[in-house]
Amino acid sequence: MKYMLLMQFGPQSGIAPMDAWSPEDIKAHIEFMHDVNRGLVEAGEFVDAQGLAMPDQARIVRAGEGGVPVVTDGPFPETKEFLVGYWIVDCEGPERAYALAAHISAAPGLNGEPLNMPIEVRQVMAAPAQEL
Amino acid sequence: MNASHPHVDDLLRPLTPQVVGVLTRRFGDFGAAEDAVQEALLDALAQWPAEGVPDNPKGWLIQVAYRRMIEQVRGEQARRRREELVAARSPADHWTSPAVDRVHEADGDDTLVMLFLSCHPALTPASAIALTLRAVGGLTTAEIGKAFMVPEATMAQRISRAKQRIRASGVPFRMPEPEERSARLASVLHVLYLIFNEGYAASGGLGLHRVELSREAIRLARTLHRLLRGFPHGDGEAAGLLALMLLTDARRPARTGPGGVPVPLAEQDRGLWDREAIAEGTALLTAALRRGAAGPYQIQAAIAAVHDEAATAEETDWPQILALYGLLERMSPNPMVSLNRAVAAAMVHGPATGLALLEPLADGPLAGHHRLHAARAHLLEMAGDLTAAVADYRAAAGLTASIPERDHLTMRAARLAASL
Repeated sequence: MKYMLLMQFGPQSGIAPMDAWSPEDIKAHIEFMHDVNRGLVEAGEFVDAQGLAMPDQARIVRAGEGGVPVVTDGPFPETKEFLVGYWIVDCEGPERAYALAAHISAAPGLNGEPLNMPIEVRQVMAAPAQEL
Repeated sequence: MNASHPHVDDLLRPLTPQVVGVLTRRFGDFGAAEDAVQEALLDALAQWPAEGVPDNPKGWLIQVAYRRMIEQVRGEQARRRREELVAARSPADHWTSPAVDRVHEADGDDTLVMLFLSCHPALTPASAIALTLRAVGGLTTAEIGKAFMVPEATMAQRISRAKQRIRASGVPFRMPEPEERSARLASVLHVLYLIFNEGYAASGGLGLHRVELSREAIRLARTLHRLLRGFPHGDGEAAGLLALMLLTDARRPARTGPGGVPVPLAEQDRGLWDREAIAEGTALLTAALRRGAAGPYQIQAAIAAVHDEAATAEETDWPQILALYGLLERMSPNPMVSLNRAVAAAMVHGPATGLALLEPLADGPLAGHHRLHAARAHLLEMAGDLTAAVADYRAAAGLTASIPERDHLTMRAARLAASL
């Protein structure tokens, strides 16, 4: 079964911005994320992982008259959390997806403390239409 | 399936454009011939590792691809169009099995024609890159898809549309006319440069599945250089590009640390640099420079050579690099060259000079570009204005689309901030 694990950040997540971290904290965080990806590949569960550019570069697009793109900048409401990256994993079932999400959630942050950031787990609609 | 058989890859890849050439001339349809050869290639990759390489690999490929062509021709879908095409363009004796062992003197020319065709300026760079890697490079669609991290079907479609575009533009399957040759050669060099750069910079995501795009670009540049030898004014920039690739790729082993984090030139372990590649690149460059007017690729190769010659970062001949960037800026003005010249000027005349040269760039196309912020951060750090440097490193980190580079810039900012 495929799941998408969405990593979110925002003022409400109560996480100190990386600007405030020490070089060692940042290094540990980066290495942790590399290990996560390596682990998923080795377990045969890795499908895709991407990081997204910061939301100040995000744009909202709607079709205007005649279908022309009407582009507006963020910012999105400040209270809202924003997506910073995602993984798509192919694993046994929901329990395994939750375990992976919890592992990622506990990535080290300021002073090496676990961030316990929110990871949204969504099943990817990729199941066969009916069982044989 | 083929990953564990580099020998088969090495054999197949140079043969690919030759076989496409034979079939294209026989059937008069580059697009269909290229598809048929790709299928023959997949058959070879499936069969040769297990059953052994045939005595005449090229003849084998021609025969298999030829059969595929005939199957296509007889296929229900495109029946009428194909039959007309074949009837019109193929003499009667071509319906019999091809003379597989006939040595074709035009093999090299075919590879060259294919390069010019695949890098045609009517194509977008992304399409030209994909088509070049398949038709000339002999890579499979799956390998190309993996290298650019798009699904195989997407890559197949991109290649197919590129071929439709070439067909629609009516470019003939032969060498460009002499008067347009230098402009067309510039397109070829640019596409090979982009392929190299894509592999070298490993710009996207995690870099988990990339084939060696840089290695492939070097092989193609080497082929181009060999085939252009003897063409008037043809091979100088091809030599320049090949030298640039070799002199740059020589630093690959020292360029990234654990996790792919980039290591700046000044901090690289120069003992890891590939001396053989440096020697080859330098020899190519010296010979090319001796033959006549230097082009932009030769100048860039010369800059790379100056870096490679320095035993330590401190011994780098910055005045020479500054002079070369000045030459390059006059020859092909481009804000990225101006940025590099500003950094070189800072190394020669001090950070204030470099910062003054960077200032006007903030109003041009580089405004909001991470490289501008990163360069300014570096010069501000040199000047001792650490608070401003931290701000620029952070801005650069927020703007780059490369995760390893973002990590590197974030670390840089954090280290400086910690020292304040």
